[in-house]
Amino acid sequence: MTTPDPSARLSRDVVAKVARLARLDLTPDELDVMTNQLAGMLDHFSDIDKLDLADVAPLAQPLPLKNVLRDDVVVKGLDRDEVLAAAPAAEDGRFRVPPTIGFQE
Amino acid sequence: MAFQTAVDIAKQVASGSLSATTVLEEHLSRITEREGEVHAFNLVTTESARATAQAIDESVAKGRPVGPLAGVPIALKDNMCTRGVPTTCSSKILEGWKPPYDATVVTRLAAAGAVFVGKTNLDEFAMGSSTENSAFGPTRNPLDTSRVPGGSSGGSAAAVAAGFSAASLGSDTGGSIRQPAALCGLVGVKPTYGVVSRQGLVAFASSLDQIGPFTHTVADAALLMEVIAGHDENDSTSLPQPAPSLTAVLDRGVKGMRIGRITDLPEGCEPEVLTRLDEAFETLRRAGATIVDITLPSLSYGLTAYYLVAPAEASSNLARYDGVRYGLRVDAPDLNAMYAATRSQGFGPEVKRRIMLGTYALSAGYFDAYYGKALKVRRLLADDFSRAYSSCDVILTPTSPTVAFKLGEKTNDPLTMYLCDVFTIPTNLVGHAAMSVPFGKGAHDLPVGVQVLAPALGEEQMFMVAAELERGR
Repeated sequence: MTTPDPSARLSRDVVAKVARLARLDLTPDELDVMTNQLAGMLDHFSDIDKLDLADVAPLAQPLPLKNVLRDDVVVKGLDRDEVLAAAPAAEDGRFRVPPTIGFQE
Repeated sequence: MAFQTAVDIAKQVASGSLSATTVLEEHLSRITEREGEVHAFNLVTTESARATAQAIDESVAKGRPVGPLAGVPIALKDNMCTRGVPTTCSSKILEGWKPPYDATVVTRLAAAGAVFVGKTNLDEFAMGSSTENSAFGPTRNPLDTSRVPGGSSGGSAAAVAAGFSAASLGSDTGGSIRQPAALCGLVGVKPTYGVVSRQGLVAFASSLDQIGPFTHTVADAALLMEVIAGHDENDSTSLPQPAPSLTAVLDRGVKGMRIGRITDLPEGCEPEVLTRLDEAFETLRRAGATIVDITLPSLSYGLTAYYLVAPAEASSNLARYDGVRYGLRVDAPDLNAMYAATRSQGFGPEVKRRIMLGTYALSAGYFDAYYGKALKVRRLLADDFSRAYSSCDVILTPTSPTVAFKLGEKTNDPLTMYLCDVFTIPTNLVGHAAMSVPFGKGAHDLPVGVQVLAPALGEEQMFMVAAELERGR
């Protein structure tokens, strides 16, 4: 795909959509400031557009590490009461959350 | 040296010529005197520190063996988990949270006899270069309290510079140990990725984060590295090898070593910073090293790659702060509304900005143009360094383009703050080692740091060069 034109790099609508994806409620003022600041950054970041990257392999992890698994032996995990004590709400040995269905998003 | 070194304290405490309690009380009295103006700490753990110091003194009195850091007062950046002791990441979203376990580095320091004096302030979730992004107020540079200590580990740097602790730990994702070390006149180390366990370090950008020490001297940094480094089976990115032996290499000198000098250094450095760098090269040359000119053509693109990769990883890592398992919850009628209400109230502006930037860079339609490209630039940078290290052993650069700046000077435009990191970021992107060593003064008589870069697992030659710079400054 091609990089969008810098002046049209970021619209307020796109920023509002990204905020929904990120589970953030932004006020109209925050949305304006965020759009402005992110557009400025993306303009600066367009410096890499002039590089020829077609044949370059992406590097996601600095060292050639392989996934490792430890020996399958039973060890003591975290203490359940201690973990639940740090949660905002718990009930019957579990985390308590508000209803997940039945409300409009 | 105004303050006693960790090496000195540990030696004297172990021999019984100095009590850990006396050492601790000296540090606590300096905290009482200056913490109000410096604000290095989110929490000072006076009582548990006194109990630990007393236990060490009792062990010494009974002739029991004590560890290599016996009685050394140490401060921890408040993004390292301490069981039962609040760990906030300087964020309202974790205020009051008490972790159910200790980070591996905390366990190792405790076993070595360290005395924890407190948890230090940081830019919220380690996102920043000045410690002004803390939800609990900024930390000030003890050398000039109108100026920042750097960041994001600014509290850990300030604690050592002010004599509140003999050493401290920070975390470095794009320079968050090295830059504050330079701005506060300290030694700061970013080890090779995988050398120090990240287990119990609250994740910012998992492919970049490393824990490392702040100290007054290179020997102190070597001692701390020997304690905290080495394989940990609880971190899947931990390298399968023991801690490097560093205190033994400090007197080897640099005769015959090849020191890389970047000929196309990015612009924007203060003149005094460049003069100190030239003097550092001269110091090494006089000590028998050869200076080799190198180029790193992709260096300046590192900034863009970093500010796409790090926020992308952060947006994923910080998804866990949802009001369910720990910290803040803002009540709302359904689950999705509760997530958004909690996150919107709990995160500060810089964290929201980076989550937004990262979510955007990873979202459908933009992934290839931003995150995908950033990973390719990361490869170019790694290739540049491979080429450079075929002709040199280490590379010297400034740590920070400027000395410590004033509070508020760079807070209006996030991008100007990001530009502070141009020399430190590349190391994290390629997973190499680097450290900052104080080397003279710059503008306003403030300290300048010189950065020693080394390839992956090049800690030995890095410390040899750092020790030579310390002798020659």
